Amino acid sequence: MAATLTKDEALFQFLLRMGDNTLILGHRVSEWCGHAPVLEEDIALANTALDLIGQTQMWLGLAAEVQGDEKSADDLAFLRDVWDFRNVLLVEVPNEDFGRTLMRQFLFDAWHSIQLGHLMTSSDDRIAAIAAKASKEVAYHLERSADTVVGLGDGTAESHGFMQAALDYLWPYVGEMFSSDDVDAAMVKAGIAPDPASLRADFDALVGRVLADATLNIPESTFAHKGGRTGAMHTEHLGHLLTHMQWLQRAYPGANW
Amino acid sequence: MSQVTTQPSVEQPSVDQIWEWLDAVPDPEIPVISLVDLGIIRGVEWQGDTLVVAVTPTYSGCPATAIINLDIETALRDHGLDKIRLETKIAPAWTTDWMSEKGRAKLEEYGIAPPQAAGGPERCPNCHSKNVTRVSQFGSTPCKAHWRCQDCLEPFDYFKCI
Ligand SMILES: [Zn+2]
Repeated sequence: MAATLTKDEALFQFLLRMGDNTLILGHRVSEWCGHAPVLEEDIALANTALDLIGQTQMWLGLAAEVQGDEKSADDLAFLRDVWDFRNVLLVEVPNEDFGRTLMRQFLFDAWHSIQLGHLMTSSDDRIAAIAAKASKEVAYHLERSADTVVGLGDGTAESHGFMQAALDYLWPYVGEMFSSDDVDAAMVKAGIAPDPASLRADFDALVGRVLADATLNIPESTFAHKGGRTGAMHTEHLGHLLTHMQWLQRAYPGANW
Repeated sequence: MSQVTTQPSVEQPSVDQIWEWLDAVPDPEIPVISLVDLGIIRGVEWQGDTLVVAVTPTYSGCPATAIINLDIETALRDHGLDKIRLETKIAPAWTTDWMSEKGRAKLEEYGIAPPQAAGGPERCPNCHSKNVTRVSQFGSTPCKAHWRCQDCLEPFDYFKCI
């Protein structure tokens, strides 16, 4: 990104990061529809996915408005390729098992709830309004994912093993949510969004408390996989996800109903 | 001297009348309550000869939103209005506090426990027992959770409080 980032360019990138996170995670979670271990969990996952897709419509809708040239949220969701996505890598990793899916949901919900709390006081009224709406839904997601992480972590030896393995696998994807760049600097300067790095202490306190209740150990390594939110490099998984999510528009360009 | 420019037409129905009409439009997912009972109609006003209705979504991903807008438009057209504009208003965010008392009573009668600030149903909508337990935080639609009565053993929906 050039050093001459205008405020609208930075705002557009910021909105893509918010909307792509909810879009990609919403799609991942929706992959469970009809496959969850029990009916109640199936419904819960589908409802969570639905909330996330709904939030995506607001974030990408605003992104399209900021971008101008008559684009819509649908254009951004279905007509971009991997390199244009700005979601963190955490949300694009495959679901694997139910435990990993819920651990990923918890780690994301924890960051998401803290981030939205700050965005509710954004200097941009449109962003504050979306954040106020989304934060109610996300508080509910967090309550459920935290409860489930504790239930499974502090459960049987087998469920504990699954949850520790999930945490060990996902922890290196946590750091990216708190990395900052020139887009974030522009957002902080305009009073639109907080510096991601400044959210880390609240995140560590919240996650530390829940994982301790879950009798799970946070890995010591601080190594972080990065590249999703800047678009520098996604994992191989995002391309596969997009072939499913964008299939209809790829097979029948411009299809509408 | 011309007076025609901003003169409202004589047949223009009052805002109160329109609220009454909207109170007869059922929620597509819970047809015993109206859109007005649900608290999602946030404003009705005439702007010149155009009626502007502000609607707020319950949940951001609620698939009923498009149907709700269509139902509002259809109902108003049936009453002879043709210049209608629907505006989506997301702030302030919808809260179950906006649900009417009439709506809460109808929900319970229908078998859905109305929202409570305490975060769970006050009693079983079927037998009124307070001995109830949560089955799942989510239910058949984004706005509901799944509970069960420990006395009559009936499962029931609880309208989530947000
Ligand atoms: Zn009962």
